[in-house]
Amino acid sequence: MTLSGFLADAREFLPILAEGVGVTVALTLCALVLATALGVVWALLRTSGNRWLEAPVRWLVNVIRGIPIIVQLFYIYFVLPDLGIDLSAFQAGVIGLGVAYSAYMGEVFRAGILAVDHGTIEAAESLGLSRLRILTRVVLPQAVRIVLPPFGNNLIMLLKDSSQASVITVAEISTQSRLIASSTFKNQEVFTLAALLYLCLSIPLILLVARLEKRFGRR
Amino acid sequence: MIEIDNLQKSFGANQVLNGITMRVDEGEVVCVIGPSGSGKSTLLRCVNGLEGYQGGTVRVAGQQVDRTRPEIRAVRRQVSMVFQRFNLFPHRTALGNIIEAPIFALGEARASAEAHGRALLARVGLAGREGAWPSELSGGQQQRVAIARALAMRPRAVLFDEPTSALDPELVGEVLAVMRDLARDGMTMMVVTHEMSFAREVADRVVFMDAGRVVEAGAAAAVLGAPREPRTQDFLRRVLQPLG
Ligand SMILES: Nc1ncnc2c1ncn2[C@@H]1O[C@H](COP(=O)(O)OP(=O)(O)OP(=O)(O)O)[C@@H](O)[C@H]1O
Ligand SMILES: [Mg+2]
Repeated sequence: MTLSGFLADAREFLPILAEGVGVTVALTLCALVLATALGVVWALLRTSGNRWLEAPVRWLVNVIRGIPIIVQLFYIYFVLPDLGIDLSAFQAGVIGLGVAYSAYMGEVFRAGILAVDHGTIEAAESLGLSRLRILTRVVLPQAVRIVLPPFGNNLIMLLKDSSQASVITVAEISTQSRLIASSTFKNQEVFTLAALLYLCLSIPLILLVARLEKRFGRR
Repeated sequence: MIEIDNLQKSFGANQVLNGITMRVDEGEVVCVIGPSGSGKSTLLRCVNGLEGYQGGTVRVAGQQVDRTRPEIRAVRRQVSMVFQRFNLFPHRTALGNIIEAPIFALGEARASAEAHGRALLARVGLAGREGAWPSELSGGQQQRVAIARALAMRPRAVLFDEPTSALDPELVGEVLAVMRDLARDGMTMMVVTHEMSFAREVADRVVFMDAGRVVEAGAAAAVLGAPREPRTQDFLRRVLQPLG
């Protein structure tokens, strides 16, 4: 593989792969929104102090964490239609990845809520701040700072795990590169490009998380 | 200023305060001493409404302290609290900690809250440290910021719960100096402490508690210098000669 040959191939394959990049980004962002929303719900239920809510959610989270993402994707894409629920590959990918990652996000948020120093809440109470002010000015800012770095790490994992949606034919980077490779037999060139594209997406996120860790670890 | 009458408080079956009656008058410094677990922190927390209670009354500036009623916030603005572990807001600077409640509980304008906050920081010996984060400050400095934060509400009384117990020995002096200064200015103070020399020097009165009761109360010189109750004598002997 010469450099000029590689560049020529890259120019030929990149337009097709770029479509895959778009799908990867869209899939990751949609799954992130779903995982975050569900994760907040799990975390609030698990810290509610009501054991009739806490126990079922703990089990649900364990079940989700205990099944490989690929099996969850198969289930949603191939089994749900038998039950009358038809989903596009992209929709199934968003739901599968979103539900799977909601378990990890929920644990991150729960840890963040529990990690807020109760003494600071008492100090705010003793100063006569209202409940709403205590939540918005004392609890949430601290919880967000605690949660951002692990949240970012989950996002990086989710970006890479979005490639698993290729098993249910979502046309993201991995699917597109496999298609090109099988028709051109240029495995080395195509998969090198795919790896570079993932790195272009993930390295900025990795640097951002490192910065967040440094910034918020200090306070 | 603070009137506590026959206060009863229990956690489940554990009766922690068993009919406490005491008062702190305007401009007075009252130190509360007693062995660990005697209920000193719980007593302070009842005065500020951080804990509810089952019987008796607590009044601050004539208002009943009842944490279940919305007026509790008005009561809390009259009495500020300084905690053993400072409890500063870690996500706000020294000045940010101080102006938080004046702005968001009293509705004071930011500019005037900041001017007052700067003056308070100077008063506790931290002029120029407005922008410091709590994690950049020593324990003694953090506790002085916490005192300034308590004063920012222009309270009529300040409660201190072992304000120097979490500090390295060499940092205790700077915090006690600020408290001494406050007392000299006529601030009403209720101080739970193990610093007997501070109590002897600054307190108008000393209250000795054991097992949820007031065992002995009176002028500082009398309670600390010539205690009448055997339990007070025993306690003072142990704190004053910890190795003996
Ligand atoms: N939130 C709580 N729940 C249950 N029991 C509590 C709680 N807070 C305090 N207690 C109990 O109340 C009793 C008095 O505690 P308190 O903290 O008021 O004592 P203290 O005199 O301040 O002791 P120390 O000198 O160790 O600070 C102790 O037996 C303690 O275990
Ligand atoms: Mg205590």
